[in-house]
Amino acid sequence: MPAKAAFYDVDGTLVKTNIVHVYAYYAMNRGSLLGMAGRSLTTAASLPLFGALDVLNRKVFNEFFYRYYQGLTEDRLLTVAEDMFEDVLKPALYDQSKDLIAEARRSGCRIVLVTGALDFTMRPLARYLGADELIANKMQFVGGVATGKVIPPIIEGAYKANAIRDYCAREGLSLAHCHGYSDSASDYAMLAIVGRPTAVNPDMRLRSLARAYNWPILDLK
Amino acid sequence: MRPIKTLQKLYDEESQVVITEKGSPPRALFSGENFLLEDLPVGTRVIFPRPPMAGVPNVKAAIRWAINHPEGMDPLHALLRPGMKLTCVIDDISVPLPPMVTPDVRQTILEVVLELAADSGVDDIHLVIANALHRRMTEAEMRRMVGQKIHDAYYPDRYYNHDAEDPDGIIELERTTHNEVVALNRRVAESDLIVYVNVNFVPMNGGHKSMGTGVTNYASLRAHHNPKTIRDSDSYMEPKSSDLYRKNTRIGTVIDKHLKVFHIETTLNNRMFGAPLEFLGKKEEDYTEGDRLKLQAMRFALKRTPRAAARKIFNSVPAPYDVTGVFAGATEPTHAKTLEMSWKQYSVPVEGQSDIVIFPIPFVSPYSVNSILNPLLLQVMGLGYFFNLNRGIPLVKKGGVLILLHPAYDEFDPVQHPSYIEFFNRLLPETRDSMKLEHKYEREFAENPSYVHLYRKGNAYHGVHPFYMWYWGENGRQHVGKVIVAGAENNHVPGLLGWDRTDTLTEAIEEARGFMGRSATISLLRIAPTLLADVKL
Repeated sequence: MPAKAAFYDVDGTLVKTNIVHVYAYYAMNRGSLLGMAGRSLTTAASLPLFGALDVLNRKVFNEFFYRYYQGLTEDRLLTVAEDMFEDVLKPALYDQSKDLIAEARRSGCRIVLVTGALDFTMRPLARYLGADELIANKMQFVGGVATGKVIPPIIEGAYKANAIRDYCAREGLSLAHCHGYSDSASDYAMLAIVGRPTAVNPDMRLRSLARAYNWPILDLK
Repeated sequence: MRPIKTLQKLYDEESQVVITEKGSPPRALFSGENFLLEDLPVGTRVIFPRPPMAGVPNVKAAIRWAINHPEGMDPLHALLRPGMKLTCVIDDISVPLPPMVTPDVRQTILEVVLELAADSGVDDIHLVIANALHRRMTEAEMRRMVGQKIHDAYYPDRYYNHDAEDPDGIIELERTTHNEVVALNRRVAESDLIVYVNVNFVPMNGGHKSMGTGVTNYASLRAHHNPKTIRDSDSYMEPKSSDLYRKNTRIGTVIDKHLKVFHIETTLNNRMFGAPLEFLGKKEEDYTEGDRLKLQAMRFALKRTPRAAARKIFNSVPAPYDVTGVFAGATEPTHAKTLEMSWKQYSVPVEGQSDIVIFPIPFVSPYSVNSILNPLLLQVMGLGYFFNLNRGIPLVKKGGVLILLHPAYDEFDPVQHPSYIEFFNRLLPETRDSMKLEHKYEREFAENPSYVHLYRKGNAYHGVHPFYMWYWGENGRQHVGKVIVAGAENNHVPGLLGWDRTDTLTEAIEEARGFMGRSATISLLRIAPTLLADVKL
């Protein structure tokens, strides 16, 4: 059997959160009371906009959304990431996520998280889940301060598929034997590129796609 | 319809085999969730099930008598010690078909056994469903099987489904003399005493198969759930002709060497239909005017009922089986008694094979309870189970034609049968060769983490199960010259399965005669209820 990997989207697939929750945590932990209030209020006020953009175009949403990180320092972000994992991500993990990953590992898969979130926010989770690789967006820092821009290519949609293809080519894995897991129709490309796609807690569009293509559907709890 | 008086003259009332004559009535035949009313060609041999045998007058008394007078073991009460670890392993929902009216016989057995265990100071008791790689039973199904009282006392911590994929839940015993893996559920393997609660529906169930396949894992099942074993088994229902049985016996012997297993086996009669549908078990010659009206009304209603609704209605009608025997004790002597009783109910002597055999396929199979009889299950019903409902030799001649009555709809249940969908749509277009499928794809499906997850956490059959279903039809596929599915509503399902299709049974018979010659002999297995053809040449 050729070497293979299982690629997991994170937000909504393994955990009940999305990247807005993660940012909200940073906003709440701004350090100064004024900064916290300012960023929290801005985040709250922008929620409807986030929602609309996410539905319309995930790429535009990501680019727009990451601008909110502008001005935060790298060491601060790294420190808060550890707390954020304990406070936000870990409690939001579906109980069955770890089992699913253990089952993939038992079948001989490498475990790879592929997410549109920022790498430093996901690193503690990847460590916790025992992932072999994390493919995530990287924030640009200048002089230790976030610019609010992500180093291209942004990992989302079709670019997730590209990242997976590159990873398999680099590591000598058989794409046809790899597994892909996602909750969102925006990850259609990622699911379509692997030989064994699975919809996890899928949105309505992905559910109908999964039915049409006879992909298994998992409902994690 | 022809008057009944003239019909009754035409056949021997005692015989279960009726030769169709000019004045014979049309036959009421299952075709999925529907009934066909078909006139058969003159000379067609119609084989009917035996009438239901009388049940034991008091089931609880029969159970108590059996466990106090077991075969080859001490009585159950003598095996119970305070503080011991006792596990009751229970057959799953795949038998009987359809599920029986409550109280299920498993509940009755458990009521007796658990009471006895409590009186003997045994507190550490688990109830494990021997579902092997079948789907987990739902909580409602589990409650129905053992009754509210036992369910409340044991579910979910001490009454649960076996998990063949639990990495910590399986123990391997020593291998058989043929190097077959013998793996068992950890709780079962670590128990001081195991009581196996069996419902014997056909002779293939029970005996060494109970433990050897019920609470094991994929690695152990691979030893006998493979195309070669199936090809080496002349009949699944007859132990001496079955390589499957031989391998199960080897595995079961190792289990019996290491563990103390007290089997309680029960046989049922074939009273499959309750009062309103009782006429379906009769010969059409014996129908009263009322029966004919009921049949017409039912056909009228079913024609107008959406299929999903008809399925729901059928699945919610349980069968009022009677318990015909309870046997207990060591594996082999107990099962020998069970087999004897089973043949008494099901065996119908038949003289010689036929060129063309017709199987009406009903709405349910062991793997589609509360679900859909998908194309792979249709295949296993025709070429696997019905083809093997015999002792000695198959009812159809080598190279003959099987006609299946079923709509062969392209419907799957994504909850219960997710891996079947991929198997049917991805693998069958590539090959129907069991050996190739086993070699190239079986392990991939078995280890697919999504299917493993759906098996463990959902209510799905294991990823490898569609392969077993395909292998199960191997004997039939190797034996028959042609399969025609009459009444198939599409071309592609029969096409993928390698079958022909026709709109009606008459056309199917015409095509079969074209293949076998005008003088071809025809038999119809008038099923359900269940029957086994005892074919003598």
